[in-house]
Amino acid sequence: MDLKDLYRDVIVDHNKHPRNFGLIDPADAHADGHNPLCGDQLTITVRLDGDVISDVKFEGSGCAISTASASLMTEAVRGKSKRDFDSLHDQVHDMLTHHDSTIDPSSLGKLGALSGVREFPARVKCATLCWHTLQAALLNHSQPVSTE
Amino acid sequence: MNASLHSSAFTAKVGSVEVTTIRRDFPILNQQINGHPLAYLDNAASSQHPQSVIDAISHYYQHDHANVHRGVHTLSQRATEQYEGAREVVRAFVNAHSTKEIIFTRGTTEAINLVAESFIRPRVQPGDEILISALEHHANIVPWQHVCKHTGAVLKVIPITQQGEVDFAAFEQLIGPRTKLLALAHVSNALGTIVPVEKFITVAKRHGVPVLLDGAQAIPHSMVDVQELGCDFYCFSAHKLCGPTGIGVLYGRESLLDAMPPWQGGGDMILTVSFEKTTYNQLPWKFEAGTPHIAGAIGMAAAIKYLQTLGMNNIAAYESGLLDYATDQLRRVPGLKIIGTAFHKAAVVSFVIDGIHPHDLGTILDSQGVAIRTGHHCAMPVMTFYKIPATARASFAFYNTFAEIDQLIAALAHAREVLG
Repeated sequence: MDLKDLYRDVIVDHNKHPRNFGLIDPADAHADGHNPLCGDQLTITVRLDGDVISDVKFEGSGCAISTASASLMTEAVRGKSKRDFDSLHDQVHDMLTHHDSTIDPSSLGKLGALSGVREFPARVKCATLCWHTLQAALLNHSQPVSTE
Repeated sequence: MNASLHSSAFTAKVGSVEVTTIRRDFPILNQQINGHPLAYLDNAASSQHPQSVIDAISHYYQHDHANVHRGVHTLSQRATEQYEGAREVVRAFVNAHSTKEIIFTRGTTEAINLVAESFIRPRVQPGDEILISALEHHANIVPWQHVCKHTGAVLKVIPITQQGEVDFAAFEQLIGPRTKLLALAHVSNALGTIVPVEKFITVAKRHGVPVLLDGAQAIPHSMVDVQELGCDFYCFSAHKLCGPTGIGVLYGRESLLDAMPPWQGGGDMILTVSFEKTTYNQLPWKFEAGTPHIAGAIGMAAAIKYLQTLGMNNIAAYESGLLDYATDQLRRVPGLKIIGTAFHKAAVVSFVIDGIHPHDLGTILDSQGVAIRTGHHCAMPVMTFYKIPATARASFAFYNTFAEIDQLIAALAHAREVLG
């Protein structure tokens, strides 16, 4: 187990300086995510231009993995259509949860830095929380999301 | 005091036994985790087992296993003797008046649920009150919420102070003619606070209110005498005191247990069964439906004997030294805040560090061989009170060393390096 696989420089940077941190008000879509066992909670707000995510922000508190994952996600999905988001969501989810994932982390740009998480099973839920939450926001789900 | 000086300048002992000798009794402690010696500091979640406990369980399965209270054959008699022998060991350990007062359960949680369902639920009316404190583990909250939901009784909560002590003055205001039970943690699992239950019991008795104590965190650290305490129910789990999981104890005052209806029905708890009428077994078996965790009871008795050999007072004294040293060292860590600073504490330290989430601490400390608990510790109202999502918690046992505390402190410095 190499800790540097988990806490890569990109992750540490996005944890210390989260991008797109805050709330969009008024928002076209929003959802809450909450992992009560570890104490991670976040709110994601989205502005839509037709089918395209024109702006997205997150707010809340969580561990370095959940904070960095949310920060990286907001950078990666801005300007994407809902359909492109779904595709990216599936690729990231596959990379995070499958040891034998065929997704090449380098094809996902900075998001590839999250690939080390799959070696730490207890931490996968931290990285996936924001992705499920944004998905719920885009589907207009009103129940808070949990990945525990 | 210099950390390395402290850990090498004297021989740590529990009573007259060196801790290095004690550690040899615990095979699990002698291993490397992620290239570092294991420092197991998660004893409040579950403690480890001496070889004598492992051997007792193993011996039972290899030589003596059969069902209890059933057959006339030799193995059944041996199993029954050992199972009931374990009950006597537990009785003596907590100084109960009789083995009729010692009910084996799956653990503290089941013991509390038994009292909630069998003792309290039939006795409360809408508007009656059950009194707990804001320190409680979920196991001493949720069973009472169930009772309240089904009966119209009301759950009242004694507040805690910023130090993490149960507010005695507020308690005296809250207890009253509608109070049907006081259910208190003896020691807080999240903060380590030792609750001065004696003075709460004195007041409860004056009001004629029965008292249940959740002793899960108290029993591994101190001598518990239920008669001296004067409580009506005392609940604990074997796995916090070096015994197996899946077995625990409800101590109940005999007169109360006698009047309580059985909770679960099945084998062992009956005398006669017909389709028209069933008569129940006597105490304590009335509350032990089904084949019990026989090996668990035997393992628990072996654990108690091990602790008694060391002496509970010696254990308490040594752990108090560990707690003082850990508290002192942790206070020097930049940005670290200890949560729960009660005057009397068991060997549990909860803390948060500026800019580092407890969950990250848990992972980084594990990479350095240090096992601690992170999260809400099944005490979410305590976290809400301190306005924090979670804490990191180091909890010590008599087999821990001062060097392991140094290892914890070094690992915390490493966490700061990793997360920048």
